[in-house]
Amino acid sequence: MTDRKTITLNMGPHHPATHGVLRVILELDGETVVDATPVIGYLHRGIEKICENRNYQQIIPLTDRLDYAAASANNIGYCLTVEKLMGIDVPKRAQYLRVIMAELARIMGHHLWIGTHALDIGAMTVIFYAFRDREMIMAINEEIAGYRLTPSFIRIGGVARDTTDEFIKLVRDFVKWFPKALEGYHTLLTKNKIWTTRTMNIGVISAKEAINYGLTGPSLRGSGVAYDVRKAFPYSSYNDFEFQVPIGENGDVYDRFLVRMEEFKQSINIIGQAIENLPAGPIQTDNPWISSPGLPEVQNDISALIRRFMINARGAAVPVGEVYSAVEGAKGELGFYLVGDGSEHPYRLKIRSSCFYLASALPRLLVGHMVADAVAIIGSLDVVLGEIDR
Amino acid sequence: MEKSEIIVVSKNRAEKGSYVKPILQGLGYTLSNFFKKPVTVQYPDEETKRSQRWRGLHKLNLDEKGELKCVACGLCAAICPSQAISLVPYEEEGQTRYPKKFVVDELRCIFCGFCQEACPKGAISLTQIYDYVDYCRKDFEFDIEKLKTTGRM
Repeated sequence: MTDRKTITLNMGPHHPATHGVLRVILELDGETVVDATPVIGYLHRGIEKICENRNYQQIIPLTDRLDYAAASANNIGYCLTVEKLMGIDVPKRAQYLRVIMAELARIMGHHLWIGTHALDIGAMTVIFYAFRDREMIMAINEEIAGYRLTPSFIRIGGVARDTTDEFIKLVRDFVKWFPKALEGYHTLLTKNKIWTTRTMNIGVISAKEAINYGLTGPSLRGSGVAYDVRKAFPYSSYNDFEFQVPIGENGDVYDRFLVRMEEFKQSINIIGQAIENLPAGPIQTDNPWISSPGLPEVQNDISALIRRFMINARGAAVPVGEVYSAVEGAKGELGFYLVGDGSEHPYRLKIRSSCFYLASALPRLLVGHMVADAVAIIGSLDVVLGEIDR
Repeated sequence: MEKSEIIVVSKNRAEKGSYVKPILQGLGYTLSNFFKKPVTVQYPDEETKRSQRWRGLHKLNLDEKGELKCVACGLCAAICPSQAISLVPYEEEGQTRYPKKFVVDELRCIFCGFCQEACPKGAISLTQIYDYVDYCRKDFEFDIEKLKTTGRM
């Protein structure tokens, strides 16, 4: 009998199924993975370091570039952290608008996930429908914020601009339209034997292990742990809305798929409630350190002008202290750990990226599976490299 | 978390899916969309409408006399997260301050719109232009003359 030799296969960083620039070094015995090492860092832009040289407002557009598939949720996570340290209350209307933007971002992120995940496994049709509906959310982002993928719409202490009639109409249309489209995704995938054979009992991780690996979000819930930051530590008025947290039981690729499919439904439900009950009132808190006065006020009042100069040129001074705050991003718990030293720049901003923990569980999940299943597992974790490498 | 807040999705797991019926249903879904109006547009020939708030290329606004509204206060340059704006102010005794040099590097810009938000004079704003092309990097450094005419050509 001859020695069995393994071969080393580089998957990525330019493999289309690694969703960006993830590189996984696979040790293969035949076609079975015996060892896997994820290599990250190809998209490192040093965002955490850049943040130390920017004032608190200038960091907002940088956070868009973390999980770029669901950008608004990152803005909210960052702004909530700064608000927590400064002790600012956000007006109700702004909180509801944030919820709408966050849930739209979640749906947008899941659209990208379902399209590419199905494409990786070989179901090409879904991506066309997913991107058709994703385009509707892009149009909503464009209408309210002026940009499609990275809206930068959230501000410290509120949101950037008020709604327009067109925005309300677009959101209502989307809420009305989307459940029908979701049925379409289910028709194409859920009961399809090819899909179920490719996904069931693949990449199984138990609840205990998932917790130990630090998984959060749909990947954790797929294993049967009912943990959702929106329920566990409600922020931004999430306790005003009725929604359910979907969990799976088996912790395989198929359960993670089902969890995300249900999240689509819950998110659209939240958006529907938020847009119908959108309270009137200001969209920006009235705090002299952070709320920039409007243009007419600036042109007629010298003190308002000075205040505008102070806020924009110097930035708000954030008190000394350390604070951690997390939101439920599309991929899981996205946390920001902020150390303020009393100046206008953060002393340190650490980003707890959920995707980093998902990628770190890859060696555990891939071993014992075929290469083709590795593609399915990476897709089911829904990692975004912008968030891992930062 | 309460029981009513949790929904177990794997209860409906299709343990015994079949090959034929779901595939026919999927094909039927595709077929039902086949005769609908396309959602795509033929891009270079037709374009979708941009929103009024679109953050495209910059322009410098003029007042009713046709002069720059900008007073070279430098607030846009201060707030810019990517340091894309550089300006040199100029002032004569008894005259309004104005920018001697005002350069926006459109390749550095991340189009966050903070300059437009910060400007106390409404002098800089972002247009709906998103598809600007040019031959070399130097051409993307918009100076005053170029910024005056953005979108007005």
